[in-house]
Parts: sequence; C-alpha cells; structure tokens
Amino acid sequence: MSHDVQAARPAPAAPETPAASRRPGLGNRLLLRPEVGALVAALVIFLFFLVAAPAFRSMESFFTVLYQASTIGIVAVGVGLLMIGGEFDLSAGVITTSAGLVTSMFSWWFGVNLWVGALLSLIFCLAVGFLNGWLVMRTGIPSFLITLGTFFVLQGANLGVTKLVTNSVTSPDISQIAGFSSLGAVFSSNFGLGPVTVWITVLWWLLFVALATWILQRARSGNWIYAVGGSPESARAVGVPVVRTKIGLFMAVSFLGWFVGMHTLFRFNTLQAGNGVGNEFLYIIAAVVGGTLLTGGFGNAAGVAIGAFIFGMTNLGIVYAGWDPNWFKAFLGVMLLLAVLVNLYVKRMATARRTA
Amino acid sequence: MTFIRGGRIVAIAALVALGATACSGGGRDKGEDSEQGGGGNAAGSSGYTIAFVTHETPGDAFWDKVRAGAEQAAKDEGVTLKYSNDPDASKQAVLIQNAVDSKVSGIATTLVTPNALAGAVKTATDAKIPVVGLNAGIDQYKQLGALMYFGSDETLAGQSAGERIAAGGAKHPLCVIHQQGSVSLEARCAGLKSKVPGTENIQVNGADDAAVTSTIQAKLAQDKSIDYIMTLNSQVAQDTLKAQEQAGSSAKVATFDLDTQVAQNVQDGKIEFSVDQQPYAQGYLAVSSLYLYLKNGNDIGGGRPVLTGPSFVDKSNIAKILPFTKNNTR
Repeated sequence: MSHDVQAARPAPAAPETPAASRRPGLGNRLLLRPEVGALVAALVIFLFFLVAAPAFRSMESFFTVLYQASTIGIVAVGVGLLMIGGEFDLSAGVITTSAGLVTSMFSWWFGVNLWVGALLSLIFCLAVGFLNGWLVMRTGIPSFLITLGTFFVLQGANLGVTKLVTNSVTSPDISQIAGFSSLGAVFSSNFGLGPVTVWITVLWWLLFVALATWILQRARSGNWIYAVGGSPESARAVGVPVVRTKIGLFMAVSFLGWFVGMHTLFRFNTLQAGNGVGNEFLYIIAAVVGGTLLTGGFGNAAGVAIGAFIFGMTNLGIVYAGWDPNWFKAFLGVMLLLAVLVNLYVKRMATARRTA
Repeated sequence: MTFIRGGRIVAIAALVALGATACSGGGRDKGEDSEQGGGGNAAGSSGYTIAFVTHETPGDAFWDKVRAGAEQAAKDEGVTLKYSNDPDASKQAVLIQNAVDSKVSGIATTLVTPNALAGAVKTATDAKIPVVGLNAGIDQYKQLGALMYFGSDETLAGQSAGERIAAGGAKHPLCVIHQQGSVSLEARCAGLKSKVPGTENIQVNGADDAAVTSTIQAKLAQDKSIDYIMTLNSQVAQDTLKAQEQAGSSAKVATFDLDTQVAQNVQDGKIEFSVDQQPYAQGYLAVSSLYLYLKNGNDIGGGRPVLTGPSFVDKSNIAKILPFTKNNTR
C-alpha cells in the first residue's frame, strides 16, 4: 500500500513536478494540468448523451454509470499511480479474479469464516504485487514483460486451481458461509438515496481517489512517485528510495485489485475462473484518458477518476441511447487516441516552455 | 516492511484457519470428496488413443462439462484421451494436425469454423484417421469428411426457445450475447427472432460480471417494454437476475446452459426455463462413438447428426435434474 513508502528517512527535496515548476498565465497553467483535457472530454460526452439518450437523463442512470465507473476506477487509481511512477501492471485485471477465487475456495474447502479467506487473499495479492515490483527492480526487465508473465501465471493458476479444488471452473457458491453478510456490507452493499441506488463501491472509489490525491499532492511519497517516474536516476541521486517506492506502487495496484475482487465475489457469490482478462487495458485506458503520461512522471488521481468515469459513461451511454453496443470498443479506441494526442500536445508545450 | 509483517499474518491466518476448520456452514460437503475428480485417463486398456480438440476458451464452465463427459467415456472404455483446445481457429487447426502427426486412433473435434479447419480435417481423413464432430458444425461436418456429429442445432434451439417464450406472451425479448462475433450465439438469437420478431440483441462483456449487470440494467432502463430476457450462458443469467432486481423490471428470464445456480433458480421460479444442450453427453458420445467405430465398425446416427439438445429444463423436470448439476454432469 502507498502508506508503506512513507517510512521515515530524511530525503532531500525530490525534483519538482513539471506543473509546479513554472508560473505561466492562468490559461496555460490550466492546460498543463493533466485532468483538464479529460474533464473537457467528459463534459462533452456527458452533454452529448444527455441530448442523444433520453434514458441517460435520470439520476438512476447516472448512478448506474457511477457504479460501472467505480468497478474500473478503483483499480485504475492504483494503475494511474503506478504509471506516474513509470511502470505498468498487466496482471491487474486477472488479479481481481484471483483475489475472489482465493477467498471463496479457501473458505469453502476448509469451511472457515470468509474473513479468514479474505485476509489470506489480501496477503496473497500483496505478495503478488511485491513480487512484481521486486522482480522489476531486481532484474531491470521492463514491467510490461514481468507483469505479462504474472498475468499468464495467474490466469492459468485461476483455472487450474479452481478445477482441482471444485472439480469445475466455477467457484462454489459462498453465500451460506459465515461472514458473507458482514463482508458483503463492506464490499458490495448499496443504499437508497431518494430514487437512486448508491453502491458502496462508488464511495470507496471516491475515498481512494481522495487518498491518492492527498498522497500525490501533500505526502512526501507523492513527490517520490513523480520523481521515480520522471527520472529514476536523478531520483536515486537525490536520495529517493526508488526500489521501495516502486514496489509500494505495485502493491497498491494489487491491493486495489483485491478490493474489486472482493466486491465482485460478494456481489455475485460465484466467479468464473476465466474472468477479468482484458480489464487491465481498461485501467490503463482510464489512466491515459485521464492525462497520465505513458512515459511516467506526469498525471494525477482526479484525472484517472475522470478517465474511469468517461469509460463508464461511454460504455452505458451507448446502451442508454439504444445503439448497437458492438461499436463500443471502436468508440473507446477513438477516445484513447484523442487522449493520447492531447497528452502529446500538452507534453510538447511543457517541454517547449522549460527550454525557452 | 509489509511483506515481513505479512509473513507473520500468514502464520496467524493459517493457525486460525486450522483451528476454525469445519466450524462454518455452506462449505464443501466433506463426505463426498473421495469419489470426486471424475476425470483422469485410465490405463488405456483398449489400446486406442483419441484426440479431443475443442475451441474452448479456457475457464468456461460449459466446456468443462464437455471435457468431463469425454474423460468419463475414456475411462469407461479404456481409451487414452488427449485433450487440447484453442479458441483461435488457426491454432485449433494446428492442434488437429498435431493429433494426425502423433498417429492417434481417432479424432473428436468441434467444427466451429469449418473453413479454417477443413484442411486439417482432410489430412486426418487422408491418413485414415476417423473424425467425429461435436458441438458446432452440424451443417458442414459431412462435407468435411467427419463420420458422425453430436451436438445441438443452435438455430433449432433458438427457434424452440422462441416458440416457448412466444407462447408465454413475449413481444419484445432481449437476447444477450456475451461473446463478440460468436456464430453459434448469433444463431441462437436469430432463431429466437424468427419466432418472436420483436427480439433485440445486446452485446455484453462476458468476462466482467459487474459490466454485464450494469449493461443489462442500463438496457432495462432505456427500454421499459422489454418483457423477456434470454441469456446464452449460465453466469450471464445470474448477472441478469441482479440487473433485473436493480432495475425493478418484471421481465421474465430464460437461459441457455445449466449449472447448480441456474438449476436452483429454475426450481425457485426466478428463471423460467433453461435450454440445455447437454454438454456432458456431447463429450461422452463423441468419444464412445469413436470407440465403437474402431472396435465394432458402428455408425451412430445412421448418417444423420445426433442431437443432444435442445433439452428443456423447467419446473416440471428440475427435481430430477438438480442433483446432476452438482456432479458437474448436467
């Protein structure tokens, strides 16, 4: 988790973020904020669907969109932080399924309280995150490759172990096991607020975004994250604990993956072992659309949240409009390209100003 | 650091787990696990080796049953079974080629993409290796040179389901496709539409239950006139029940495929019926028919496809079928 990188060690001031190092005019300063492009895009898409899709206009629909966004957005917060720190995690999609499977099968097989299973699964996920980070730092192999390996290992293990334990590829129904209702309250409850249903994941999502924002803006580890993503060598030279920071980021991603895995498990009781594949790209898309640079060192949590919101809005907006959802991926791709172009433009502006 | 603390937590958790074993309901039924594990190849006492090649996407509950059936047949008949799968058509063709190269006694394969597999199947028949088709390819298996076929006719299954929901008063059903570009899923929905013209298809991401649920919920909010939801696999049926509850929709739900939860929901009346194509039987019959052909020259089906479905599971027969779903055989 991100707290772990905050351990005390007096570090000299890390290199400042690009956005803070200059004082250009208000317009330029706004442009240089990572989330502004995404915010504009979100508003445009929102207005667009308000006009195009009558069913989109209700509050219920808005909260369904928020729910959909939250299940992507929670992990995307971690993936965004990790990308700011200059690394990728392709195992973030399947680990949500692994987390749920570990919990359900352990508790089912041994007949123990689900809290034990959930705790064990948390340890398992943090260990996977640690291993990802440690291998990347230890070997110097790009995280893209290391986590691609983890992705396949987890995908195969999800299937293999589930089949061994349950003799099918679906995890057992856990709704009768002790601890189900209390864990369900934590991870997958909802409450009515007037006419709308608010899922607790939405609140958790906002909390994680706020926490990540606080870390990035206020905590020393936030500076470390920008520093290791911007330039690991100079970060190391000024005393930033690069290894610990990056490992912490990988663990943050798997923690959040665990969290979403718990939600899915306790909302749906059973899991199919093949699920979760492909979601890693949605997290990365949310982060990139939200203004995170693929090269690291730039981005923020609010932007990633907006990116996830855009994802949820587009995904469901197409359905609310009654269009053929076969086109959804095409829309998503166009948006990703646009976001990357905006990011490129912003980055050019930023570098041009620095050299000027 | 966290991982060091983690070590201690693991130890504690393990102790708690051991101490707490068997203190909670809802877990595994501990009496029955000795006889579980129905697969495994027997010694191969008949001397035959049969290759079983499918387009299974790893981790799909349906295919798991096909495979379980094939393994049971191999065990019963003393056949050595070589199972392999790849959802990608060209890779599946390579797997068939592998089987030919390793000179197996017979090949059972799904013919989901007949054009892509035709070449590989031909090398098998040229090498005098008998081939049977299963699950997909009912219209093409003969021209490809396969001897027999075991499976459901997807269009017929869709039509039968359509007739049934039309009789139940459906005017505007929703057909939920969970895998983009799947020919057999499209065929089911097309069959449905031929009997209920108001049928509308919707595409969902079958690998993400939360996404399936919110997409269907959104659809139900967008179009209040939907009166029936037809899902094409059992997990999507579960997700649909959640979405329906959220959206406060009174649409009826029916599904293809069966698992323990669907069976339970059929019994509880939450799901109207399930269209079962009996995957276990598909796997079992494909292997057995090859065995009989090799051993005894039998021709099962007499030159016609053998249909394993559509077999309807509803309130009238669920009591008999429910126990079988728990064995992973229905």
